[in-house]
Amino acid sequence: MMWNRPMETLPREQIKQLQLQRLQQTVERVYHNVPAYRQKMQERHLTPQDIRSLEDLRRLPFTTKQDLRDAYPYGLFAAPMKDIVRVHASSGTTGNATVVGYTRSDLNHWSELMARTLTIAGASPESVIQIAYGYGLFTGGLGVHYGAEKVGATVVPISGGNTKRQIKLMQDFGTTILACTPSYALFLAETIQEMQIPREQLQLKAGVFGAEPWTEEMRKELEYRLQIMAIDIYGLSEVMGPGVSTDCHVRQGLHIFEDHFIPEIIDPITEEPLPPGEPGELVFTSLTKEGFPVIRYRTRDISVLDDTPCACGRTHVRMSKIRGRTDDMVIIRGVNVFPSQIESVLLQLGLTEPHYLLVIDRVGTMDTLEVRVEVSEKMFSDKVANLEQVERTIQRELESLLGVSSRVRLVEPKSIERSEGKAKRVIDNRRL
Amino acid sequence: MKVKQISVFLENKSGRLAMLTKTLAQKNINIRALSIADTTDFGILRLIVDRPDEAYQVLKEAGFTASETNVIGVQIPDCPGGLAQIMEVLAEAHINIEYLYALPEKPVDQALVIFRVERVDDAIIALQEAGITVLSGEEVYGL
Repeated sequence: MMWNRPMETLPREQIKQLQLQRLQQTVERVYHNVPAYRQKMQERHLTPQDIRSLEDLRRLPFTTKQDLRDAYPYGLFAAPMKDIVRVHASSGTTGNATVVGYTRSDLNHWSELMARTLTIAGASPESVIQIAYGYGLFTGGLGVHYGAEKVGATVVPISGGNTKRQIKLMQDFGTTILACTPSYALFLAETIQEMQIPREQLQLKAGVFGAEPWTEEMRKELEYRLQIMAIDIYGLSEVMGPGVSTDCHVRQGLHIFEDHFIPEIIDPITEEPLPPGEPGELVFTSLTKEGFPVIRYRTRDISVLDDTPCACGRTHVRMSKIRGRTDDMVIIRGVNVFPSQIESVLLQLGLTEPHYLLVIDRVGTMDTLEVRVEVSEKMFSDKVANLEQVERTIQRELESLLGVSSRVRLVEPKSIERSEGKAKRVIDNRRL
Repeated sequence: MKVKQISVFLENKSGRLAMLTKTLAQKNINIRALSIADTTDFGILRLIVDRPDEAYQVLKEAGFTASETNVIGVQIPDCPGGLAQIMEVLAEAHINIEYLYALPEKPVDQALVIFRVERVDDAIIALQEAGITVLSGEEVYGL
């Protein structure tokens, strides 16, 4: 099923024409309306007329999270405040919050892209969509909400948390599609099991999960535990919110809606664009946004682009599942480690529950990595040697994948904090 | 002739054992014998109780990771050489002991020994053929 077949299957040549035309409009808009963008272009002796082909995109300067913070709150808005109908903001835990604004037209486009996404998950006017993403300044809740309304589904705007009530309403309201973070979906699945609710009492068919990196193994786990189809959606508030890209049934990457965004992959160190197939940092340029356009925004997410044709019929380029966010990446003894790599090892081994916590410390000049994982009924034994064997097996597998040694520590079930939103996977006790 | 032992995973942090024993106490379950095997990170608590199946359920519901294992219970005289006699029988039958723990019972001058062995059925036969009394589950739970 496609929400907008003509656009989702537009021939690539036409996509590129559309992108160039929209890129030129966007560059015009920011050059004339946003002093910060104009100044950066002038430093490079660029005017909007210099953007004559899509290749010229790489001449434009990057935009970083710090640029957004420096412009707090409205410095990068490209529409007058009378046209801004909504703002969202990220938490300002490490500095000023980053604030983004939307015009009426921006909200319409966002709803359209979320409608495309939800349609892939099987959404229709008959669906009951339970939105357990947080509502508020975070884009997750309202982003999915408007898309679900556009599809014409029945929306249950429950927001995150209150797990038992989530499950009760899931039963009572006949929820067919669940939207939340994958870590919260796992917590819901565990709780459903604990409450011993028979699967027949749930109408659940699909889950739309995103807002944090998760692995293919976690997808299998959620599909098995909840007996649903799990769809990965990607987005970030700086670029729009959820709905920048999404899985299709072929599951070989997430289609980026290229009529609204141009993706690039760059080497995060040299900042040079990389060809399709090479992993690097994802960079987005928005094409239709009026309130808060972004030019070459560095996401710090690691992915790979694939522009070969997809069996689903969509012509839009695909990005691989996010391998990690450079923010989440921890460097241990000089080795880059992404928490999602640990998730994939644990699920492949299947010995423990897929809940884990990395605790990093420094003893003298040496970084230490402790991986806490929860014991499960199926691997538990009355013999110490068997449990130590499990610890060693996980340790060995982690070392061969990560290239860094760790100490695995088994902890009691449910002792690792469950998240109702984005999971916390790392405690870094080093004072660097 | 087998005795059900409950094993429970315990993280090495304060209050876990208190929580566990309280959980059993609330259900009026009596502990007959216990031992703890520990590493630096965690311990395995092994318990013989009067109502093992119920204890297993109660602990699971309280969120503990537990399992049931078949072990052997033997009553031996509480005097020098009491345990040696049994060890000899099992050694001759080439049966490895994974672990054991004992509980003296002063008024009768006997001791209860709990064995976890590799081949439970063979071990029971070997002990019985040597004239050693192997206790039934009910006998152990009701001690």
